[in-house]
Amino acid sequence: MLMASPKVAIVDYALGNLYSIKHACERVGLESMITSSPSEIMLADGVLLPGMGAFGEAMQTLHKLDLVTVLRDYAASGRPLIGVCLGIQLLLTESYEFGNHKGLGIIDGVVEPLDHPHEGERDLKIPQVGWNQLHAARSWFGTPLEGIPENEYMYFVHSFVPKPQDVNAVLATTNYGGVEFCSSIQQKNIFACLFHPERSGIQGLKIYKNIASQLHKSLEGIE
Amino acid sequence: MNIRIIPRLDIKGPNLVKGIRLEGLRVLGKPEYFARYYYENGADELIYMDAVASLYGRNSLLEIVERTARETFIPLCVGGGLRSVDDIRVVLRAGADKVSINTAAIRRPELIREASRAFGSSTIVIGIEAFHHADGRYEPYINYGRDRTGLDAVEWAIRAVEMGAGEILLTSINQEGTGKGFDIQLIRRIAEAVPVPVIAHGGAGKPSDIYDAIVDGRADAVSIASILHYQCLEQVRSDEKEFTAEGNIDFLRRGGTFSKLQPTALPVIKEYITSQGVACRHVL
Repeated sequence: MLMASPKVAIVDYALGNLYSIKHACERVGLESMITSSPSEIMLADGVLLPGMGAFGEAMQTLHKLDLVTVLRDYAASGRPLIGVCLGIQLLLTESYEFGNHKGLGIIDGVVEPLDHPHEGERDLKIPQVGWNQLHAARSWFGTPLEGIPENEYMYFVHSFVPKPQDVNAVLATTNYGGVEFCSSIQQKNIFACLFHPERSGIQGLKIYKNIASQLHKSLEGIE
Repeated sequence: MNIRIIPRLDIKGPNLVKGIRLEGLRVLGKPEYFARYYYENGADELIYMDAVASLYGRNSLLEIVERTARETFIPLCVGGGLRSVDDIRVVLRAGADKVSINTAAIRRPELIREASRAFGSSTIVIGIEAFHHADGRYEPYINYGRDRTGLDAVEWAIRAVEMGAGEILLTSINQEGTGKGFDIQLIRRIAEAVPVPVIAHGGAGKPSDIYDAIVDGRADAVSIASILHYQCLEQVRSDEKEFTAEGNIDFLRRGGTFSKLQPTALPVIKEYITSQGVACRHVL
C-alpha cells in the first residue's frame, strides 16, 4: 500500500533563511512548504519554527500574523513542533532580550543573554557565530539527535540562550567561553535546537533525517 | 571558541578566479567543484565573491549560489555588487545565508541599518578591503580594491557595527593573494575595536600564517583562497578541466603552480592549528 507522505510547514514570519531549511527537508525526502497561513500550519504533519533576529520583533510579527494561538494549539495537538535557532527561544515563557518579552509559553522557562564568555583574558565575541559541540544531557535515543556522536559540532549564531525550568527538558548542552547552556530541548512532541542543523553538514542533516523518519512512522501508525 | 576556516571563492562569470592584490585574475575552474571539495573536507563556511559585479553591474552568481546551496549544507556568504535590500533578498532566496556588502554600504551606510532590520544582523557581513598606506593609515577601498574612499578602516568598522553589521570580513589588499602572511596589525586593530566577529582575509601562504592571524591578530575566523585553491587544483587537474574560455586561462593551460604558496588541504591546516592549541571543528 502506498503511504501518504508527511508534509511539514516551515513558518514564514520574515526573518531567517527559510530556504536552507527547505533544502535540508528536500535532501532527506521530506515534503515542505514555506507558509504563514494558519490553516496550512494547522493541517501540517509537522511544523518547523525557524527564526533569526530579535525576540521581541519576532513575537510581534507572530501576533500580527495571528500565529501565536495557532502555534500553541498546534503544540497541544501532539504533532511534532520543531524550533530552530530563535525558534527554540520563542517556545519559552519569556525573554530578557532588550527588556521583557512574553514568548509562546509552550515550554516553561526563560531566555537569557550569553553572560561574558571568555577564554583566559580574551573576551569572546557576542553573538557566538560558528561551530560548537553538543554534549548529551540525557539519552538521545528515540529523539531527533539519535545517532549523533557525543561532542559533535553544530553551527550556532546567537546572543541569547534558553533556560527551561524543567531540567529534564534539556536534551543537549554546549559551552561557549566558560558559559554552559542548553542547546537542545525535547519535551513530549516538542523538539528544538539553538543551532542550525540545516547548516551543520552531514551530522546536521541526520537530525532532519530522524525527524523525517519519525514523521513517516507516526503517519503509518495512524493508517 | 572554535575558529572558523572559510574558503573564499572569487567568481568571474561562470569561473572561479584568483588574483594578486585583487588584480590579474586567473581562471582556476568551476566554482561548484571547489565548493563541494571544500565542504567535504571540513570547510566551516563558504564565501562567494563576485569579482566584477560592482564594476559592471552583472550578477552571474545567482545560478552558482543556487546549485551550491542545494549540495553543501554549511553557511554560504555571498558578496559582490549588492546595492539594495532587494538585491540582498534575491541572493538570500537563491540560498545564501549571509551577504557581504562593501561598496554600497560605504556609499550609503543607511543600507546596513535597513538590511539588518530586514534580515537580522547576523545575515549582514560588512566587507572591508583595506589598503595600508606608507604613512601607516589603513584606508578602505571600494569596487574590488580599485577606488579610494578617504575613510579610516578602523573608524568605518566601528560605524558599520553600530549600524547593524553582524560580522566584518576584513581583507588586506596589500597582502591579498601574495602568500606572504596576514597583516596582523590591521586584524588586531579591528578585532579589538568591534564586538562582533572578524573574519581575516588576505595573505595566507602556509598554515602558521593562519595561526598567527588567530592568536596574534585575534581573528575569530580566517578566510583563505589561494593556499586551498592551488591544492584543490592539483586534485582536479587530472579529472576536471571544464572551464569556459572567458578570462585569463593561460595559467591553467600552462599547468602552472604557484611557488610563493604552500598549497595545503583544509584537514592539514586544521590539524596544524589544533596541534598548536587553537580549537576548531574537525570532520570525522
